[in-house]
Amino acid sequence: MRDIHQNPDNYPAKIAGLFAHPLAFPPFLDEIPLGLAVLDKDRRIVLLNRTLEGLTGYSRQEIKGIPCAYILRSNACLENCPALCMQDSADAVCMEANIINRDRQKIPVRITFSVIRDMDGRTVGYLEAVEDIRLLRSLNGKAEHAYAFGQIIGRSPQMESIFRVLPVIAQSDSSVLITGETGTGKDFVAEAIHQGSQRGKNPFIKVNCGALPETLLESELFGHQKGAFTGAVENKPGRFRLAHNGTLYLTEIGDLPLSLQVKLLTFLDDKVVFPLGGTKGFQVNVRVIAATHRNLGLMVREGRFREDLLFRLNVVRLHLPPVRERGDDIRLLLDHFMRSYLTRLKKPIKGFSAKALRLLLDFTYPGNVRELRNIIEYAVNICEEDQILLKHLPAYLTDPSARDWDREEEKKESRNLWTSEPQPREPEKDWASAEKAMIMDALLKARGSRSKAAESLGWGRSTLWRKMKAYGLSDTVSSKGSDI
Amino acid sequence: MNKKVLICLYGNDVAPRFDLTTEVFIASIGPENRTEDEKSVVLPRASAEELCHMILTGDIQTVICGGIEEEYYQYLTWKRINVFDAVIGTCDRVLEEFTKGTLRSGAILYDPK
Repeated sequence: MRDIHQNPDNYPAKIAGLFAHPLAFPPFLDEIPLGLAVLDKDRRIVLLNRTLEGLTGYSRQEIKGIPCAYILRSNACLENCPALCMQDSADAVCMEANIINRDRQKIPVRITFSVIRDMDGRTVGYLEAVEDIRLLRSLNGKAEHAYAFGQIIGRSPQMESIFRVLPVIAQSDSSVLITGETGTGKDFVAEAIHQGSQRGKNPFIKVNCGALPETLLESELFGHQKGAFTGAVENKPGRFRLAHNGTLYLTEIGDLPLSLQVKLLTFLDDKVVFPLGGTKGFQVNVRVIAATHRNLGLMVREGRFREDLLFRLNVVRLHLPPVRERGDDIRLLLDHFMRSYLTRLKKPIKGFSAKALRLLLDFTYPGNVRELRNIIEYAVNICEEDQILLKHLPAYLTDPSARDWDREEEKKESRNLWTSEPQPREPEKDWASAEKAMIMDALLKARGSRSKAAESLGWGRSTLWRKMKAYGLSDTVSSKGSDI
Repeated sequence: MNKKVLICLYGNDVAPRFDLTTEVFIASIGPENRTEDEKSVVLPRASAEELCHMILTGDIQTVICGGIEEEYYQYLTWKRINVFDAVIGTCDRVLEEFTKGTLRSGAILYDPK
């Protein structure tokens, strides 16, 4: 290469007047990483650079003087020749086209065609720049046919519209409120938004607002100063400060106590965190993404969620549809999880039997994607044959009575989810109440006979007597015993 | 037995693209490599699939064209059709080379000005 540059006389085409000595023109063009062709005014090839030689498969020596349409073989040459389009226009013409090269490959390209004029402004030829846009097209193709974003998959119109807006939401820095039933993928969406955003390389901190008692949650979120309360033996930064320059994901925001709602509201306004027991605030740059399965609007009307906080969080609202509303996605999800568990568990299962598939497609999945995934995991684990049959599916799917009972429970559950009511918790059972029930049960089975009850419980009569007395059962039992 | 050759046309030249061809020249070559029967056919539209169909149903043994995608090239050769592709030149010159038996794929038979 150095020899060539040092001997411009080897080339008839030279650039003069730019430097002290004339330069050889072809090596100059070869250094440009874009396909370039110099054409005469009859659109015949004068010169190709190395990149275009590679793209077309022709060497510059063999094709000199041949019309460019026969070398480039672009659809633009035949359908809409840029040289004819531009007429006497001074502006370059740019168009997307495709070429077929000598290796019989069809390559999408972007062609820019411009006029070369002499010093008097007369057209002496054309400069054609050809850019290979295969990579660009393949990326576009993926985007067009994408049915996944992060770890979320779906082809239904609802999911497609979500996939369309997710990259836009990710690129904005606004607060996001994700709503949807349990198991619809709120956590995955939050993480995908973070990963797709400019904060993607910074921390993604998740806090479950329903998992911690109020005092602990405040300390967890905003941090505390040493000595702020008993046990605060050192300073704690809190999740907001840990998420600095990143994203804080507040899941179950509907369970956030009112007092902390005020504090969160203040943060969203000022972006300053005041740790518990501290007087100094810390400025943090955090994007807040919140998620809930509750109906926040209803909670606002009932006075259990601050309206102003809802407005601040609700800058961008994303509602994830339940699986039962996602149509063909059920099949897609079934196949996806099947493949995933088959790879993981190394099972030689070929697919679902027709009956099993029908059942799986007809099921309503109140637990949404999470439930569907668990069903497939169960079936793949249980199945020892080459096809998943009805018997390999969880009993509650195939047993109508269990299914009806479950559905009643699910209805209650979903009513709870979409009303603002927090789910009623089971009354706490302690050992004393359990033991009392156990004694009552043993006595009933023994038809009031304390000896037999003590024997069945594996205790001595005196132990039973002592415990009955402690639980205030002696009188009840005596009267029952006498009745019997 | 006569052999039928089809040349994709673009004006008087071999068309640069098989899939964008809108006119073809079909010639029947006799035993002494003489062109016996020739005709030009204007196609209703440019379509690689329709052109392939026409070649197969028209009992063509040889196709001469410019750029062709690998998919169609493989299809035609699989159907036992000789394909001379990436040929640059005028129809007459190309046909002459073909009848002489000297035509090759990638031949540049164009006289540069």
